[in-house]
Amino acid sequence: MIRLAAITRVFRMGDQEVRALNNVSIDIASGEYVSIMGPSGSGKSTLLNVIGLLDRPDGGRYELDGNDVTDLSENERARVRREKIGFVFQSFHLVPRLTAAENIELPLMLEGVAPTERKSRVDAALDAFDLRDRARHRPSELSGGQRQRVAIARATILRPTALLADEPTGNLDHRIGAEVMALLEGLHHAGTTLIVVTHDRELGARAHRHIGMRDGEIVADET
Amino acid sequence: MTPLDTLKLSFSTVASYRTRSLLIVLAMALGVAAVVVLTALGEGARRYVVGQFSSLGTNLIIVLPGRAETSGGFPGAALGQTPRDLTLDDALFISHLPQVRRLAPLNVGVAELASGGRLREVTVLGSTSELLPIRHMKLSQGSFLAQGSERSAQIVLGSVLAREFFPDGKAVGQRVRLGDSRFLVSGVLAVQGESMGFNSDEIAIIPIDYAQELFNTESLFRILVEARSRNAIEPAKAAIRHALTLRHDGEEDVTVITQDAVLDTFDRILRALTLGVAGIAAISLAVAGILVMNVMLVAVAQRTSEIGLLKAVGATSADIRRLFFAEALWLSLAGGAIGYALGHFGAWMIRLAYPLLPAFPPAWASVAGVATALITGVIASLLPASRAAKLDPVLALSGK
Ligand SMILES: Nc1ncnc2c1ncn2[C@@H]1O[C@H](COP(=O)(O)OP(=O)(O)O)[C@@H](O)[C@H]1O
Ligand SMILES: [Mg+2]
Repeated sequence: MIRLAAITRVFRMGDQEVRALNNVSIDIASGEYVSIMGPSGSGKSTLLNVIGLLDRPDGGRYELDGNDVTDLSENERARVRREKIGFVFQSFHLVPRLTAAENIELPLMLEGVAPTERKSRVDAALDAFDLRDRARHRPSELSGGQRQRVAIARATILRPTALLADEPTGNLDHRIGAEVMALLEGLHHAGTTLIVVTHDRELGARAHRHIGMRDGEIVADET
Repeated sequence: MTPLDTLKLSFSTVASYRTRSLLIVLAMALGVAAVVVLTALGEGARRYVVGQFSSLGTNLIIVLPGRAETSGGFPGAALGQTPRDLTLDDALFISHLPQVRRLAPLNVGVAELASGGRLREVTVLGSTSELLPIRHMKLSQGSFLAQGSERSAQIVLGSVLAREFFPDGKAVGQRVRLGDSRFLVSGVLAVQGESMGFNSDEIAIIPIDYAQELFNTESLFRILVEARSRNAIEPAKAAIRHALTLRHDGEEDVTVITQDAVLDTFDRILRALTLGVAGIAAISLAVAGILVMNVMLVAVAQRTSEIGLLKAVGATSADIRRLFFAEALWLSLAGGAIGYALGHFGAWMIRLAYPLLPAFPPAWASVAGVATALITGVIASLLPASRAAKLDPVLALSGK
């Protein structure tokens, strides 16, 4: 359960002030499938970053699964990110030096999971995302769709309650993008809360709840 | 993240940035090697000099005739006097001083040694039985000049002379001619090699009376005195000077020197020198540290988005800091280890090239060199690591 109450996020550039989020309030129940759409610069990414505890709001309260997480310390936020949130980015953000398997393994390592258990969980993920024969490949040797599959495997390896995807198909062609969306929807069916920021109307329409944003405010919220 | 995983992950990072890592490791290694080699040289020089002096004897006081003073010269010179001779009676008198354990009067000259058709010029020392213990000499055969044997015509040969004249090795008991007199070989010195530019393997030693007769002199060249202990050196020196001044009608016309004073000075100078070069070499390590810091700052800048990603998947600031910290640790560890090996190899090469120089790097220098590399590396990583740890994840992810 994600509960944002009067969240404000202000960026200052010199003496200019940008209200990336202006008094945003929203509840997203566990297991929902939500798309966020809106013009560029409307605050979609900022909203996702606040939900994912990557960014701190300047005002308002944020409650996650019944706990107020607004004022958590840096370390506690890292722990919550690790345990409850999975991020998928437009540009994949794989570590170029590490193989596909090692990239997927990263969150397990950060969590302190023992190596033997890590191996079996990574193997399972490789199977689930059809990456078995790409396990030892580095990101530069993978196609865009394969890279995003690795990123999704990494985002879900610790079984987060919420998966936050910021334009996950933005760098993929239409057919591959549809495949990736199908993969994310599969995770939603398995119970994960799925929040997708997208420009693509068609893909956005597949969500069960559609949030529209403009100038840092929520202007539409339809199911 | 467990420490082991931190070490593994940072190792793979360091290994994958091959050129950059090699450069840093090389800079570190050269610094450490410089510390090891330079201290090996300094310490080798110190040991060499100390060894040379010690081979002359311990607690040694040397009395020589004449006054070696920078100002004024011999006080009686103005009155037309020459410095008085140092005689055997003077030596006998000094030997009764309580601070003196033993002494050996010394005359030195060159004479012709002949035996069995062979003939050569040799350096001849005239002395007493006490010369052996005072100068730390050893015999390989026979006996030294027997105590109270000043009047028997005995001769002790250096090892090279003995081999030259008696290739069959049976020198003891043979007769030789030195100058115009005949001597009986009583013993052969063990091989000692050169010390202070004086090769005791090619000398002959005869009783002092014969030497004075041979060289036609009453005056001693030196008196070698061994004090009872290290602490007795200074009192002995004063007592000797006092006694000889009395015997010489109030004229202080002898010079009394101790090698310990000289030795201590050398020892101190060379220790300071070793420390100095070690310090200079350590500065090159500090420079390597600055290099490490710069390269790591660049690395942090290059890997900004990766750091953002790590934070997004749940890395704490401490995780990030430790990762960069561990990278510096690996680099300086490799640099230290390679530098250590390189330095010891260098010292070994020096010992090969100059066998006389015991150029062994002191243990403290090896430890200090490697430790300095580790500490510099780790300190150099503090700023980049904390900069990485403090990065704002959102900005970092957007590559800003
Ligand atoms: N770090 C930042 N510094 C200054 N302004 C920012 C920063 N991040 C976002 N903004 C501004 O906040 C607004 C919302 O940005 P963003 O959430 O990225 O929009 P969207 O994802 O909808 O395109 C934009 O005007 C953007 O310029
Ligand atoms: Mg955006």
